Order: sequence, then C-alpha cells, then structure tokens
Amino acid sequence: MMDTRRNMVDGSSDPVIRISGLVKSFGTNHVLRGVDLEVRQGENVAVLGRSGTGKSVLIKIIAGLLKPDKGTVIVLGENVAELNIKDLEKLRLHIGFSFQNSALYDSMTVRENLEFPLLRNGSSRKKTDVNAAVEGVLDAVGLSQTINQYPSELSGGQRKRIGIARTLIMQPQIMLYDEPTAGLDPVTSIEINNLIKEVQQKYNTASIIITHDLTCAKTTSDRIAILMDGKFLKTGSFDEVFEDKDERIKSFYDYNFID
Amino acid sequence: MMKLNQKRPREYFLTRRLDDFFTGVYNACIFIIRFFKEAFHPPFEFREIVRQCYEVGYKSLALISITGFVTGIVFTKQSRPSLAEFGATSWLPSLVSIAILRALAPLITALITAGKVGSNIGAELGSMRVTEQIDAMEVSATNPFKFLVVTRVIATTFMVPVLMLYVAMIGLFGGFLNVNANEQTSLVTFFQKAFDSIRFIDIWSSIIKSFIFGFTIGIVGSYQGYHASQGTQGVGKAANASVVISMFLIFIEEIVIVQVVNWFR
Repeated sequence: MMDTRRNMVDGSSDPVIRISGLVKSFGTNHVLRGVDLEVRQGENVAVLGRSGTGKSVLIKIIAGLLKPDKGTVIVLGENVAELNIKDLEKLRLHIGFSFQNSALYDSMTVRENLEFPLLRNGSSRKKTDVNAAVEGVLDAVGLSQTINQYPSELSGGQRKRIGIARTLIMQPQIMLYDEPTAGLDPVTSIEINNLIKEVQQKYNTASIIITHDLTCAKTTSDRIAILMDGKFLKTGSFDEVFEDKDERIKSFYDYNFID
Repeated sequence: MMKLNQKRPREYFLTRRLDDFFTGVYNACIFIIRFFKEAFHPPFEFREIVRQCYEVGYKSLALISITGFVTGIVFTKQSRPSLAEFGATSWLPSLVSIAILRALAPLITALITAGKVGSNIGAELGSMRVTEQIDAMEVSATNPFKFLVVTRVIATTFMVPVLMLYVAMIGLFGGFLNVNANEQTSLVTFFQKAFDSIRFIDIWSSIIKSFIFGFTIGIVGSYQGYHASQGTQGVGKAANASVVISMFLIFIEEIVIVQVVNWFR
C-alpha cells in the first residue's frame, strides 16, 4: 500500500501533509493554539518564528514523536495520531527528519550511520545494494571521503550533510528540517541551503523547513509561514509575507534579515 | 485578587517530593512492564544482544578479576586469626567457600557491575536522549526501546550470573593461594573441602540472586538514561542515579532474598 503512495500523490494535487486545528500544550504552556497548514508534493514550506514558538513541536507531531492535544495531522493520507506503532513505523519510512544537531549515532562511523536505517528496514537487501545506496547519498551531499570517519571527527556543516544523507537513503517523500543552518557559518549555511534545494529538485520531496534564518527561508522555500503566539500569522511567498504591514512581521524582518 | 487570609490552592496531592517519588515509581513500573512486553515480542535483536553481552561481560572482566582475587585473599587472611584461636584453621576452605559463594561473589559482582556498566548505560542512553539520537532512531522506523533498552537489560541479566560464577572461582583461587602459603594445603584438598560444605541451594540461590541483580542494574540504568533531560547536566545525573539507585536496590534485594532462601534451607 505504502509503495504505491508516491505515484498516487504525484498524480494528484492532494496535499501530502494536511494539518488542521492543531493544538499542543505542555502543562500551562500553550505552544500551538490552532495551526492549519497544507504542503503539496514537491513543495518546500519554511516555518518561521521566534525561539519557543513551537516550530520544532510542529514537525515532531508530524513525525509522530509527539501527540497532539487537539486537531488532525494527515500525512500521506494517514491520521498520524491514530496510527498504531506498526503503521506509524511504515509511514516513517516515507518521512525524512533532519535534526537540529544532526543526531548522528556517536558510536557508529558515517557508513554505519547511513546503513542503519537501510539494514533495519530491509534485511533482505544485498550488501552490494546497501553499499551502492550509501555511496550514492554520500556523493549527493559531497562527502564521499568521510565514509569511515566518526561523527566526532566531522565539522558542524559536515554533520548536517551526513544527517541529511541519512534521511535521503530511505528515499523519503517528505523531508522535515529542524533548524538546518543553526550554528553554522554563513558560507556553510549557503551550502546547506543549496543542498535543501537540490534535494527538492532531485527527489521531488515535500519539505517543511523550520528556521529563524530568513536567508535560509528565502532561498530554500516556495512558501513561508510565520508562526506567532501558537498560530500562523501569515502564509504565502516570501515577498507576499514581508510586504505585510503587520508590525510583528515587519519587526521580525527588520531585526533578522540582511539582504 | 487573592486575599491574604485566603488558603492557597493545593498544588500537590501530598508534598512535591512525595508526589515526585510516587510518580517516579509509577513510571518505573510502566517501564518494566513495557520491557517484558517488548522482550517477548518479535523481532528479536540477537546481534545487538550479543554485542551488549560482550560489552557487559568481556569489558568488565579485568576489574572483576582483580576484585574477586583480592577479596578471596583478604577474606581468608582476615578469617584465619579467629579460626586459629579455636585451632580450626582446617575449616578455612569451608568458611571461605560458603562466604564467597553465598554472599561475597553475588554482591561484589553486582556492585562492580552497577558502578561500571550501570553508569555507562545511564550515561550512554542519557547522552543519546539529549542529543536526539533516540528520536532519530524512532523516526527511522526503529523501535529504540527494543534496540537500546531491551538488549542492554537482557545482557546485564544474563551476564551478571556468569560473572558471579567467575568471581566465585577467582575468589576461591585467591583463598587457596593464602591457605596454601600458610597451611601447605594442596589444590585438590582445598577445593574438596570447599565444595563439601556447599549445597545445591547455595549455588542456585546465588545464580538466581545474580539474575535479579543484573536485571536491576540494566533496568535502572536504562530507565535513568532513557528519561534523561536538561542537557549535559541530565546525562551526569542519569549516570549518577543509575549507580546510586542500583546499589540501594541491590542491598534491599540481598536482604529479602537471604530471608527467602533461609526458609528453604
């Protein structure tokens, strides 16, 4: 059923992610207060907002790492909150999640990090196929030379790239990027932005990019959404959103963006 | 506005500490139930279990060997004057074997493993939790509980009894060296006397005890690491709590098991 999904989705204009009325609180901290969003196949959407506004919470709910209090999150036609663990694991094979700190497994080499999701989810794969897949994604992120290195031997930018490569190896339909340029120098940030665009073009992924870096949002996304006070304040293209007269959006632009 | 003489709303069911304690106990029970559910449900992580057994067993061997050997020698040396007062030094092999097999070997093995392996599990899983490696495992469609927790708990549960028997043998050998140096007793005579006084129940009670100690070390370390929070500080806390709580529980279990075993003697 899942294998035919990509074709089904590609052939129609149905959104691959559909979020409606999403509410999430942690105790008395009401993080998301009714979020609505739709993302279509091949589309990159950047979610912007200040720290602590629930951007990462949003994508963790999409990946099924957190349960929503209210509202629905439909991913590839499945209501994430209602899936049992087995179906959730099947759905996750189609979702790539790039973590803020890369979350590479410290005890494994780059090769083992990349092999891990493949070997865990298809023990019948031949060793030559696994090797080819590993070399393929490493080549795609331009880090073939690091194959036998440990994460501690890599730079921040390299770790981000390997983190993205680990998600790409499963050929996901959806990519979720959590602060992809956080903590990186401007040159490496541009490299990561270019890589996100390449991934979109090469794999036709639908992506949500969580960031507060406006350069990243502008260069990588087709659409941006500003998350403020637990709701999307404005959604649209970069220019549409920042032409808005709303003081909160203007201040966000003025303080953050250097064109 | 709240008046000065107005009673403040009750924030906790009992007190904050008691509430936290009972919540912790409840969560630990849920964690243990989840372990048994996942442990007996396929797929089984055989390769990772073997790897963890190697980590727990082989890598603890040097420390365990030295401790067992020293314990055997020191215990024999310290016991001799008391027995010598009654002219009963010939009872040393029996005394040493009973003490080592019934009490010292299981306890020493468990305490060393709690310190070395328990802290390692707490720190490793804690570090994986705070750096989102556990979440990364989950989103790559791998059950991290099964892969990380179940394998480690099974490894400690099965390796502590093996290490205990090894410590007992090394400890007895240490005792033999001391007895041999003072009383010129041969190896065969020493072990004959040692095993004459050991009953079947002594060996089995120690093995079962070690299974329980091993399970405790694994489950406490995994629980602390798996639920670590607050960044690097949380990792340190998880490692520390793994050792302290494991050791505390091991002593409590030792008291209970000794009582139960004595009913069957």
